[in-house]
Amino acid sequence: MTGKLNVSNAVAALMCAALMLLPLYSAVTGNIFILTLFTRIVIFALAAASLNLIMGYGGMMSFGHAAYLGIGGYAVGILAAEGIGSGFIQWPVALAVSALFALLIGALSLRTRGVYFIMITLAFAQMAYYIASALSRYGGDDGLTVYKRSDFAGLINLSDRNQFYYLCLACLFGGLYLIWRIVNSRFGLVVQGVRSNEQRMQAIGFHANRYRLVCFVISGTICGLAGALLANNTDFVSPAVMYWTRSGDLMVMVILGGMGSLFGPVIGAIVYLLLEELLSQFTEYSGLILGPVLLLIVLFARGGIMGLLGRMRRG
Amino acid sequence: MVEPLPNPLLRVDNLVRRFGGITATDNLSMEVVPGELHAIIGPNGAGKTTLISQLTGQVMPNSGTIRFAGRDVTNLPSYKRSRLGLARSFQITSLLKDFSAIDNVALAAQAHDGHSFRFWGNARKERHLRESARAALERVGLGRRADIVVSQLSHGEQRELELAVALATRPQLLLLDEPMAGLGVTESARMVALLKELRKEVTIVLVEHDMEAVFALADRITVLVYGRVIACDVPDAIRKHEEVKRAYLGEQHAVTRHG
Repeated sequence: MTGKLNVSNAVAALMCAALMLLPLYSAVTGNIFILTLFTRIVIFALAAASLNLIMGYGGMMSFGHAAYLGIGGYAVGILAAEGIGSGFIQWPVALAVSALFALLIGALSLRTRGVYFIMITLAFAQMAYYIASALSRYGGDDGLTVYKRSDFAGLINLSDRNQFYYLCLACLFGGLYLIWRIVNSRFGLVVQGVRSNEQRMQAIGFHANRYRLVCFVISGTICGLAGALLANNTDFVSPAVMYWTRSGDLMVMVILGGMGSLFGPVIGAIVYLLLEELLSQFTEYSGLILGPVLLLIVLFARGGIMGLLGRMRRG
Repeated sequence: MVEPLPNPLLRVDNLVRRFGGITATDNLSMEVVPGELHAIIGPNGAGKTTLISQLTGQVMPNSGTIRFAGRDVTNLPSYKRSRLGLARSFQITSLLKDFSAIDNVALAAQAHDGHSFRFWGNARKERHLRESARAALERVGLGRRADIVVSQLSHGEQRELELAVALATRPQLLLLDEPMAGLGVTESARMVALLKELRKEVTIVLVEHDMEAVFALADRITVLVYGRVIACDVPDAIRKHEEVKRAYLGEQHAVTRHG
């Protein structure tokens, strides 16, 4: 981020290069599975990056972030079910509805702090979960199949594995670039200042909550985009994507990779989802191993994997 | 500057603040006139910090009014008072610990330079913010420590930074809550010299335990005991004030130095 050559920046650059070359590897080896897996990883990395914006930089521990995955997904799914297949309509709607939902949740929950904030964001996400379960017209508990992926008037074909992967990757890189700009902007400094010392920021003339709310909305909107991608990826959307354990997964990815580091959530998503995939081949109880790994990271590497890499430079 | 001017910069009337059964501010009235350095002294628990916090809006009074520059600010939140030109430093250092010194000051300058809903440009590259921040740091003698993270600064440097942050908001009235707290002898002397310079430019309300500093600096002194004003006068008169001697300093002590 600072343009300096150090271990964490080098790892981030390598990671980006590897992600860009992955379809090539998949084509050469004929390994389609890895491309499917990484499409999913890239989408979750985007969702985790959006959570990192409020959690890492803004100090807002949202425990309901998966709600936006569902909202973005349902916006695509419902519109498709109603015969509106154009991505030019579906995606803006997905973003707008996510933003509105974030505005509503944020306006109410940002009055609280700490544990109460965690609980209230969780409660709102669970509410979204139950509302989706009650949508019998759109599959209710069983979820909704998206029979046709978003149509972008021939510009890009989402049913093509490679094209879809690169679309997801472009969204991830675009999202990261946006977050990077925001974090270093006037707005971003205020949000980080409020995380560091809210009373001080008020005393020098900032209306702290207004900035936090806008940050919360931006984060929710980016996650809504991840939701739209996810629905297209799985051709399916169900209340399960909004369940609180999903929100927990996103938090774990952010903490694992490194809160408040731009590429932390990406590396977190990669490590978490790869571990989950690997372990599921050996055991049904992947949590038995993932849990202790997370515990070790939290106890011994406060800055997550990115923090560990950053420390290597200093020896 | 003994007689209150008709247009005080700050005017407090019948302020009351209770915490449970304790009345921390008890029907308190006072005035600060433009250009003066007004010290507030009183034994521990006299309600000095509570008073400052009410003036800047961190604590809301139960009753009474606070007028600043002719405006009733009693119900304004702290960020709005800061925009009107009321700045404070905190008794217990309150800075953005994981930010560099210059970031702390530049943010204060930014707060008074339009809104901050700017999402794209790099704020650390905005020259006028950086330059006014650097100027404020030079002012307090921290020019060479600009890029150090606050948590790496010494306690004395952090106290100076508190002052630079307050200055960067270009205040009309500076409320300093024990700027000398925890400072060594040399650091205290530097702070006194600094305040002597600052008082030429800005009206100051100073809460301080260091009596030597207070008597060297103040135009007027208000003495607080149990949330009440028991005296308000020029330093020489306060020195001789019988009730002040009894209530605050203990009869055996001369009013010279008291920790």
